[in-house]
Amino acid sequence: MSDEGWHDGDVGPGFMEAGHRSVGEGIRGYLIGLILASALTVASFYTLHTPLIWQPAIPVALIVLAVAQIGVHLVFFLHITTAPDNTNNVLALAFGVLIIALLIGGSLWIMANLNQNMVPMHQMMQMQR
Amino acid sequence: MSATEVLPRASAPDPYRLGRRGGLAGGAGGRSLATGHGEGGPASKRVIVGFGFWIFLLSDIVMFSAFFAAHAVLQPATGDGPHGRDIFNPVSIAVETAVLLASSFTCGLSAVATEARSQLWTQVCLFVTGLLGLCFVVLEANDFATMIAQGAGPQRSAFLSSFFAVVGLHGMHVSAGLLWLGTMMAQVFVKGFRDNILRRLICFNLFWHALDIIWVALFTVVYLIGAGR
Repeated sequence: MSDEGWHDGDVGPGFMEAGHRSVGEGIRGYLIGLILASALTVASFYTLHTPLIWQPAIPVALIVLAVAQIGVHLVFFLHITTAPDNTNNVLALAFGVLIIALLIGGSLWIMANLNQNMVPMHQMMQMQR
Repeated sequence: MSATEVLPRASAPDPYRLGRRGGLAGGAGGRSLATGHGEGGPASKRVIVGFGFWIFLLSDIVMFSAFFAAHAVLQPATGDGPHGRDIFNPVSIAVETAVLLASSFTCGLSAVATEARSQLWTQVCLFVTGLLGLCFVVLEANDFATMIAQGAGPQRSAFLSSFFAVVGLHGMHVSAGLLWLGTMMAQVFVKGFRDNILRRLICFNLFWHALDIIWVALFTVVYLIGAGR
């Protein structure tokens, strides 16, 4: 049983690779994260005014870029990894994503549906007279 | 099934191991020393503290998602008030985004400095993080003041109410984070790198990075998509 066994991915979120990572490696990890996140941010702001993307598709493109950037943050800044001791964190994250998707997607869906079935406002006003 | 029974225990791969090192470390099999798995024993305190704080952060993000849902629904409900594109200042938003991303980076550097047990660099990185965070809060407060002066305050329309609620909530989180940051700098200075202080620093790092994640969703949904509507 080598000493290395103890550090066999024994890292939770926010931890660096449990002690056997040099300062240079640590800084490099954050630097890669910073560069990727900056590139995605610039792309998001650029997307808003670019003629390259079909106008109605821009919100979807923005959401894709945002999800990608959140992924970069999770991996390089919060250190969510596939290490054994991270399994619980990943499962908690998956559950969180499920709840968020239900909450936001459900709200938008239900409210759009209600809006659709509403009597238009000017008709409503006439009925009340 | 029978094949794994016949094989010597050492060569049976750990079915719970995800991803990396599958081939090589498969030799360790059930003797994996990773805590919480195989014979590794219970997880260390810092892994448990990190997990607990991660649960808190996720619940905080779920709360944010309710504010986001309200804003997404109310974004077209401008009434007689201004639209997003009339009042948002894209330059200011870009600067705020850059400042918050930079502060997230310096916060990460402080974690590297802490890992190297350097008091000076930990304090320097935390201080820069705090300065950038303060810049962010001041810029955002300035934006709010400008909007309110233009008559686009939270009582103008449902859109503006939900806008001030979700962006203000994030700003309050950053302000609270600044207080926590100052506390941590004092604790590191007075008490040094004790185990409990290290765990608090880890939690603070997670909190600060999570705020940046929320800001990514915020500037995308509220400002960029909102300005296009």
